[in-house]
Amino acid sequence: MSPDQKNEAGFTFTIDGVEVTARAGQTILEAADEAGIYIPRLCDHEGLRHQGSCRVCTVKAGGRSVAACTQPAEAGQTVENETAHLTKMRRDLVEMLFHEGNHLCPICEASGNCELQAMAYRLDMTDATRFPYLEPCRAVDATHPDIALDTNRCISCGRCIRASQDVDGKGVFGYVGRGIHRRVAVNGDNLADTDAEVTDHAISSEVCPVGCIIRKRVGFATPIGERKFDKGLIGHEIEEKRK
Amino acid sequence: MENGQSSVSRDAASTGEVSAVPAADITAICAAFDNDSHRMLDILRTVQDRFRCIAPSTMDAIAAQTGLTRIEVEGVASFYSFLSLTPRGRVTIRLCDDIVDRFTGLADVTAAFEDVLGIGIGETSADGAFSLEYTPCIGMCDQAPAAMINDVLLVGLTPQSARSAAEALMAGKTPEHLISDRFDELSPQERANRMVENNIRHAGEVLLGPVPADAGLAKAVEMAPAQIITAIEDSGLRGCGGAGFTTGRKWRFAAAETAEKHYVICNADEGEPGTFKDRVLLTERPHLLIEGMTIAARAVGAREGILYLRGEYVYLRPLLEEVLEQRRRRGLLGESILGIEGFDFDIRLQLGAGAYICGEEGALISSCEGLPGEPKTRPPFPVNRGYLGFPTVVNNVETFCHAARILDRGAGWFHAMGTEGSHGTKLFSICGDCLNPGIYELPYGHSVWDILEMASGQEAAAVQIGGPSGTMIARDSFDRKLTFDDLATGGAIIIFNGDRNILEIVEYYMSFFVHESCGYCTPCRVGNVFLQKAIAKFRKGLANPDDIDYLKDLSATIIETSRCGLGMTSPNPILSTLQNFPLVYSAVSKPSKDGIRDTFDIQSAIDSARKIAKRRSYLYDRDFTK
Repeated sequence: MSPDQKNEAGFTFTIDGVEVTARAGQTILEAADEAGIYIPRLCDHEGLRHQGSCRVCTVKAGGRSVAACTQPAEAGQTVENETAHLTKMRRDLVEMLFHEGNHLCPICEASGNCELQAMAYRLDMTDATRFPYLEPCRAVDATHPDIALDTNRCISCGRCIRASQDVDGKGVFGYVGRGIHRRVAVNGDNLADTDAEVTDHAISSEVCPVGCIIRKRVGFATPIGERKFDKGLIGHEIEEKRK
Repeated sequence: MENGQSSVSRDAASTGEVSAVPAADITAICAAFDNDSHRMLDILRTVQDRFRCIAPSTMDAIAAQTGLTRIEVEGVASFYSFLSLTPRGRVTIRLCDDIVDRFTGLADVTAAFEDVLGIGIGETSADGAFSLEYTPCIGMCDQAPAAMINDVLLVGLTPQSARSAAEALMAGKTPEHLISDRFDELSPQERANRMVENNIRHAGEVLLGPVPADAGLAKAVEMAPAQIITAIEDSGLRGCGGAGFTTGRKWRFAAAETAEKHYVICNADEGEPGTFKDRVLLTERPHLLIEGMTIAARAVGAREGILYLRGEYVYLRPLLEEVLEQRRRRGLLGESILGIEGFDFDIRLQLGAGAYICGEEGALISSCEGLPGEPKTRPPFPVNRGYLGFPTVVNNVETFCHAARILDRGAGWFHAMGTEGSHGTKLFSICGDCLNPGIYELPYGHSVWDILEMASGQEAAAVQIGGPSGTMIARDSFDRKLTFDDLATGGAIIIFNGDRNILEIVEYYMSFFVHESCGYCTPCRVGNVFLQKAIAKFRKGLANPDDIDYLKDLSATIIETSRCGLGMTSPNPILSTLQNFPLVYSAVSKPSKDGIRDTFDIQSAIDSARKIAKRRSYLYDRDFTK
């Protein structure tokens, strides 16, 4: 939302009983972010179009389950966010993503910076998981001099696709396939065949939430223990706005 | 197949490029569609039909012509089942792999094709002549087993007829000539009727009885658009595709939008397994359908329309194109319809390419726009911002046909039929274990028993109402009524007798949803795979009583968090059978004696370790010391 829109008449609604102010055209998640209320999300990322695909931001708005990132806020609406029921739904979704790919945290360079891992901690995914592992076996694309791609760790959030299209103006990534075979692929035979550069926003450490897009030669520059989510739960920056 | 290993086809495509398509051909094909990226599905269908494959170099050329990136083209090409990144045979044989086909001898028919052609399912012959594959329901459940041979339909197959068809193809006969030696001389209507039976068992008053030509349109042009909408609202007509939204309201919302353009789209993508009613309307009442679309166009102020025909019904394309052309010639389509200044409306036919999800309104619009068939984020709704961002009415084939009849005979006439909240008649497509499968046009409100009597299927042990995304009911519920408020259906009624294995049906339906999920959202993409695997455990006798709770729990998450109707209904085969056939599940699940799950097999679990260590296990290989 651009600042000039702040002049538009605001309205209020509640999230878990807290009154939140929103402007016309804002989604529930946008209004919540501004108000310092964190709604968990994986496919949504600041500065990128909303996609509504991971469903982790599912909230109950007026009793109906919707994706907060794409659902417009409405005046007087009652939104539930951190209920035991919704946390359970979100934990199931995060668990599905863990089981869809190969997420072996102890050997992954993204550990500690990984939003999927951090979300599992936040949602208290501590019990033994119930789902079967799908164990994909896709070739790692290390053709590019500065970037490697391990799509076995991809969670199909599509943040790299939108960042490349909308921020970098390139279109390095895209989805191919359907259903369980749907996945992120590159615009060419391999990554070296594309115009991807390590300086692209799509390649930056903040866009890929997991360890799928790897920048070569910088691994473990920040030691385990001093990484992003070693300092606080995912979402704490947003929640600190309220304090 | 059902796990995440999907790199095979892409890798094969990049290495197995056999025939480079001349660049001039690609340029010409793209130019025929104005190099418009919104016509990507037409472009790719044309390339596929002519060159049997959409290779990476072809995608590069198409991307250059249409101003897209290759990955965008690949995203479309890899989404639809009827498009292929690797070469398919010049004759592609798609055997319908619906559960009804399985129960009527599909295995033997498959064996006959495999034997004669010398290839298995999923294979292409070395000379590139033939491909053989399975495809989900092609809308022929009343005459199963059925097959698509390129654009030709074969129905009521037996091992003998399959064998002779395959032998004729091997001997060089074209698929068309399997239907008739004089195929080229037949009219499109004759061709359709030669290929596929209508099986109209009961003609009702509205659609399948006598219908005067364009009587509804004649009335509509005398009325103001607002009056047309009021008539449709007063009739009580609700969408006949399954969701049952009030048609008049949909038209009113679209008409109320101020926009440069409005669109009317017909959803002829009936893909719900066991549904084939629109096939019969498209064959027997195509003029009534176009009449209904034209009336809708007048009501909402649309000048352009799209008839989205499922790829499986490609055999009806010549018939529908002929009907559109006839109507243009007769002044019923095009500019100044019926001589009325400013009443301009024309329709283009959009072929699908094998994707059940495209029956979902937003996915259908995506597909018309040349995109992968992914549902759109709602809001905005299609009536506000649909096709290319313009207000769009999307209705089912049957809904448009009803609308035309309502304009002719009046809202009161239609409203008086059926029951409160479910007005008029409905086409039911009845198949499975009965003597008279086919189409029944009946007023809403009949019981399931009535239907079974009419179709001679009283032996039924289970009836699937509304296809896999509907409900499966047992004999104690056969007095329930077919209405929107009790048993709602887009038309599919599938009858199963006591010899059928309920869990086999459920497992098939879950594999269908796994195959047809678009993959956009997590719960539908991943959750359905887990449901399918869980049902497989029951089928193998490896389930615990806990697994019943697991099925319910996982289903609830998928239903609550999925983005569109597919995921919101895909667990229904499991949930409705758990509720109505609980003994089926409890009979095959047993508590574990030692607390170890039956699915855990220590021998296979340590097998890879044995291979890596190149020795046997001290603990689990008892004969180690010998």
